[in-house]
Amino acid sequence: MKETPLSNCERRFLLRAIQERKRLDGRQCYDYRNVRISFGPEHGCCVVELGKTRVLGQVSCELVPPKPNRATEGILFCNLELSPMAAPGFEPGRQSELLVKVNRLIERCLRNSKCIDTESLCVVAGEKVWQIRVDLHLLNHDGNIVDAASIAGIVALCHFRRPDVSVQGKEVTVYSPEERDPVPLSIHHMPICVSFAFFQQGTYLLVDPNEREERVMDGLLVIAMNKHREICTIQSSGGIMLLKDQVLRCSKITAVKVAEITELIQKALENDQKLRKEGGKFGFAESIPNQKITAFKMDSAAVDTNNVEEQAEEIITKADPPSEVFAKPILHTPGTAQIGEGIENAWGDLEESEREEAAEEEGESSTTAFECQRTETEDTSMMNEAKDDPIVLSDSEEEEVVILEPQEVPKKTR
Amino acid sequence: MEVAEEAAGCSLRPFSCEQGLLSRPDGSATFVQGDTSVLAGLYGPAEVKGSRESPDGATVEVLLRPKVGLPGVAERSREQLLRRTFEAVLLGSLHPRTSITVVLQVLSDAGSLLACCLNAACMGLLDAGLPLSSLFCGVTCALDPHGDIILDPTARQEQEAHAVLTFAIDSAQRKVLATTTRGSCSAEEAGLPAPRPISGRGGVAAATRAGSGL
Repeated sequence: MKETPLSNCERRFLLRAIQERKRLDGRQCYDYRNVRISFGPEHGCCVVELGKTRVLGQVSCELVPPKPNRATEGILFCNLELSPMAAPGFEPGRQSELLVKVNRLIERCLRNSKCIDTESLCVVAGEKVWQIRVDLHLLNHDGNIVDAASIAGIVALCHFRRPDVSVQGKEVTVYSPEERDPVPLSIHHMPICVSFAFFQQGTYLLVDPNEREERVMDGLLVIAMNKHREICTIQSSGGIMLLKDQVLRCSKITAVKVAEITELIQKALENDQKLRKEGGKFGFAESIPNQKITAFKMDSAAVDTNNVEEQAEEIITKADPPSEVFAKPILHTPGTAQIGEGIENAWGDLEESEREEAAEEEGESSTTAFECQRTETEDTSMMNEAKDDPIVLSDSEEEEVVILEPQEVPKKTR
Repeated sequence: MEVAEEAAGCSLRPFSCEQGLLSRPDGSATFVQGDTSVLAGLYGPAEVKGSRESPDGATVEVLLRPKVGLPGVAERSREQLLRRTFEAVLLGSLHPRTSITVVLQVLSDAGSLLACCLNAACMGLLDAGLPLSSLFCGVTCALDPHGDIILDPTARQEQEAHAVLTFAIDSAQRKVLATTTRGSCSAEEAGLPAPRPISGRGGVAAATRAGSGL
């Protein structure tokens, strides 16, 4: 399936709105969309919704031999999949540029930042270590995949519990969840990515772009930071030139956003842990809304109504007065009538006669319009007669050359 | 088969469904049976590449994505079964030379996964507004070592059972659209006319053929 292309008028509208500091969903330039985190029945499974962008994260573990150059460290493997349901343009098994870019960012954010203590994943040095695998699936693409995926990844890692092991000499015993409680991973810090979209060569910037805004942006800056204000990853793509103070400003904004999101994550994790301990119901079944209307529903968006009256008056005074209303239609031939004269066609530089033809011959096909035009260049009087009878022309167009814009056309008067 | 008596295993786990939760696909639905949950996203009728287009009707494509790892042979065979079920129910001749893509994502697997996939897909097809000749549903039943039938088994019950059968049943005439089995059970237990025992995974093909003869 092909992705629907973005129309030019949509692009212009978006860019104009951004110039006036307005966003389609009513957010401010530095506003994030609502983040919603829900957990599945098993440990390490979560679904993160950033506005309408939805990412599923699952963490699993396996005992494997370690990498030869890192014999005492566990392995963290991240994989993000763009599910074919997320957008019509995503096809299975195709390694698109977007997929590679997002995967690399998530890998740098989670693995290179050393957010998990990999030394604690070692079971038998040089022989057996835990390989932690984070699988992220993008379920719905409404912009800003990187942020949603990074939140899903770190939440899943914090939620995950690995089986307890005991080592006696060379013997390794892995306990099942019934025998011994599974153990959480040791997480040093929680890196979260924040994306900034730039427009007009870096003049305007938006935080958390949605899908439409991403399509018209010039460049993207992604900063991964934790709540201790340490930058884990920073990447600027799209070839825009950023000033130093712009990058500094973005990192300050990132610090604020990351603090808010980290707090939200902690609360969600605590809530889930409490539910599980108290024996309450948890899992995806609980996150399905019950007795609530969810379809065709929009969140309330703030609308700026300052100066509405002045703006309305301005528009009314500047607008042209409404044109004369033609009450009576003019009947040209049976089946062809005309009401009013219409406004001038602004499509192109049409000849005078073509304009009049277009206004009058509404009931007839376009081929006949051109043909009539042609016959008109030869004999105007024939045209006037033909207006009374329905015009019958031959189908074959090879006989005559149809001139679309004849050079010399006698100006017709009504 | 006489299952009228209130056997303990004949009740289904609490199930729930939500439709229209994704904004990009034409139709979407999530179906939760106990702890098993599947999300279905549909696109269609949409453009189809030249070689795959069919002038008689829509080309149905099914993608089943597991939660962990890449899809393997088990997913492929399930995709084929699901595709044949959908083709039996979809009025594809109303949309020739188009493609209908059904993407199923496993959100959590705690038994009866294939039945949950069938149910999620049916709700997704409804949400997408595609023309169907009837609704359909999926039911898994497990034959435990005592010979009792358990409906909608959990993962543990599936493991302990000596046969697990999944049926896709249509709503108009309660006919079986598709069936697949894992394990061995006698034909009477499976409710099939021929008294030949069906054994092992190779019995899947036989069961599907026999099941369609019902």
